[in-house]
Amino acid sequence: MSRSVAVTGMGIFSAIGKNLEENHRSLIHGKHGLSYPEILETVHQNLPIGEIKSTNSDLADALNLDKNHAFTRAALLGTIALKEALQNAKIEDFINIGFVNGNSVGGMDMTERFYREYESNPANRRFIQAQHPGFTTEQIAGYFGIDNYVTTISTACSSAANAVMLGARLIQSGRLDQVIVGGTDCLSRFTLNGFNSLMIYSEDFPKPFDSERKGLNLGEAAAYLVLESADFAKNKEVLGYVSGYGNANDAFHQTASSENGEGAYLAMQKALETANLNPHHIDYINAHGTATQNNDLSESRALIRIFKEMPAFSSTKSFTGHTLAAAGAIEAVFSLLAIKHQQIYPNLNFNSAISDTRLRPVTELKSTKIQHVLSNSFGFGGNCTSLIFSKDE
Amino acid sequence: MANLSIDHWVRIKDGKIIADGEVIFASEADIASFLKAAFKFLNIKYPKFHKMDRLSKLGFIASETVMKEEAEISEDTALVFSNNSSSLASDQNYQESIKNFPSPSLFVYTLPNIVLGEISIRFGLKSENVFFIEDEFNAKLLIDYSAQLIESAKANKVLCAWLNLHNVEYDVFLWLSSESHKKEITEEQIRKIYDADYD
Amino acid sequence: MPIMTDLHTELKASIIEQLNLEDMEVSDIENDEPLFGDGLGLDSIDALELIVLLEKDYGIKLTDPKKGREIFESINKMADFIEANRTK
Repeated sequence: MSRSVAVTGMGIFSAIGKNLEENHRSLIHGKHGLSYPEILETVHQNLPIGEIKSTNSDLADALNLDKNHAFTRAALLGTIALKEALQNAKIEDFINIGFVNGNSVGGMDMTERFYREYESNPANRRFIQAQHPGFTTEQIAGYFGIDNYVTTISTACSSAANAVMLGARLIQSGRLDQVIVGGTDCLSRFTLNGFNSLMIYSEDFPKPFDSERKGLNLGEAAAYLVLESADFAKNKEVLGYVSGYGNANDAFHQTASSENGEGAYLAMQKALETANLNPHHIDYINAHGTATQNNDLSESRALIRIFKEMPAFSSTKSFTGHTLAAAGAIEAVFSLLAIKHQQIYPNLNFNSAISDTRLRPVTELKSTKIQHVLSNSFGFGGNCTSLIFSKDE
Repeated sequence: MANLSIDHWVRIKDGKIIADGEVIFASEADIASFLKAAFKFLNIKYPKFHKMDRLSKLGFIASETVMKEEAEISEDTALVFSNNSSSLASDQNYQESIKNFPSPSLFVYTLPNIVLGEISIRFGLKSENVFFIEDEFNAKLLIDYSAQLIESAKANKVLCAWLNLHNVEYDVFLWLSSESHKKEITEEQIRKIYDADYD
Repeated sequence: MPIMTDLHTELKASIIEQLNLEDMEVSDIENDEPLFGDGLGLDSIDALELIVLLEKDYGIKLTDPKKGREIFESINKMADFIEANRTK
């Protein structure tokens, strides 16, 4: 690595907490955020989701927004999480800062509510332009006055992880000294129905890596990391380093992973290479672990191919649900919390291992020495990304 | 910073396919007939084409046009794509289906990066791939990103594209880059190709 | 939907339309030809669409996607299953 990439701040808003402290507390107490739809208006009342129990009004009030704002739910969550990250990193000047945001749902939550009436009723037309993911990014950036380098990555469930990767590259190549990276996505009928139609949605709480797993449960969240070059991070508390990253395409199917997890394997391998680490250096793996039949088996096989001795691993999606484009970011935050507090968070709802692979995740909070954490995010379209975070020594 | 060359490029708009400066195919502009005719023109056997959504079909036709000029296709060809409308057309189609029976085959295409998967499957690419949502065609972003990939040996070739479908209006510009020993690609040159009219 | 149509023909027409099998005619699909794998080459997403078709056109709700593979083996198998279970 030419220049090191330091993490100097983070912010998060998920179904297990409004900020870092709440999220951390939930993780150490094994308190998950899966529940049934209350705010999302859907007929699927029986499907568990990782819903944030705040209405859009609550969120808008917290941000002091004008009554006629055009912030969609993902933009609201993102802005709140970003606020925390910036405060954390003590950033006040945005002249040379970059912003790379992962988002897939865009403003679909508003579109699906209002599009039928757009023609006849002008009341909510301000949300028409809010449909696509780029607008969500601009809303969030606009709130803080960030406009130097702003872009949106939309690669499904690996979006935020790819944002972290791009941020790291921008710093390493000297193009920027400070970049905010992460992602945001909210629940919608669109995605709930979609995953249900693929028959990979679980009617029970998620059981990642369990032999009886029945599928994923969606969640909503936003999280951001502030990345800075060594010079800029000099007098700040460094939460960790982005020491490695890798991305590869599985080239197998639009939505399913290959049997031997080729894309995942290549992504992890590349991450280790860029970090100049060997598999045995990894102390904890925050797995993609969506709890679908397909992912968990495919990911397990890829892990076995890389790690002769399996490090401790868990899927925190058992706490938050699968937050789509935000997943790579909230899991980056959890990986950095693991480094900060030297602990491994459990994989909830696990009973028996997949017979083919016999891998057992960590099922209870564990205090242990952690120096390097590997975090996986694999998206539809075969987009596989792995990140490595390392402790500041 | 690595110097890049353009090995081949293709422009698709208004019912035309323009490859390396030459109009190689022209038909009706209406998207449905155009896609059908363009695929036939490619003369390849790939039944999965018909299952793809329009965005993926456009990306497929564009990459096929450029890649068939390559004697050998490297598994390490990275994909760096971008557009403004994400997967809007497919989002609308899928949304319609939710009214009665949400369609899984339509849902599959409600992400702009699925086309990257389709291209990877077609050419056996196991490389890096990313999709950016931008206001308009941003040549600098794509060139810089490609240069970095090649410089850090993450890829030896990069397929870059602006692949936009807004309702039924399509605007495609795709090019294959590799390392050059003299500086060949500039942002101005790329923009020139994009802005030009081809009759 | 016409009431007096042969179910096998009806199914073939639906499959061609629903699964975007371009340039295919009803006469191109044999009653006992394997739909998945080598025969028609349908994949897992197609199987999910067929599950939707079962519910939409014949009122049969399939909750286990794995069962689909048996039922969708061929047009004959599909027709038999539908005759036995249809509620529409």
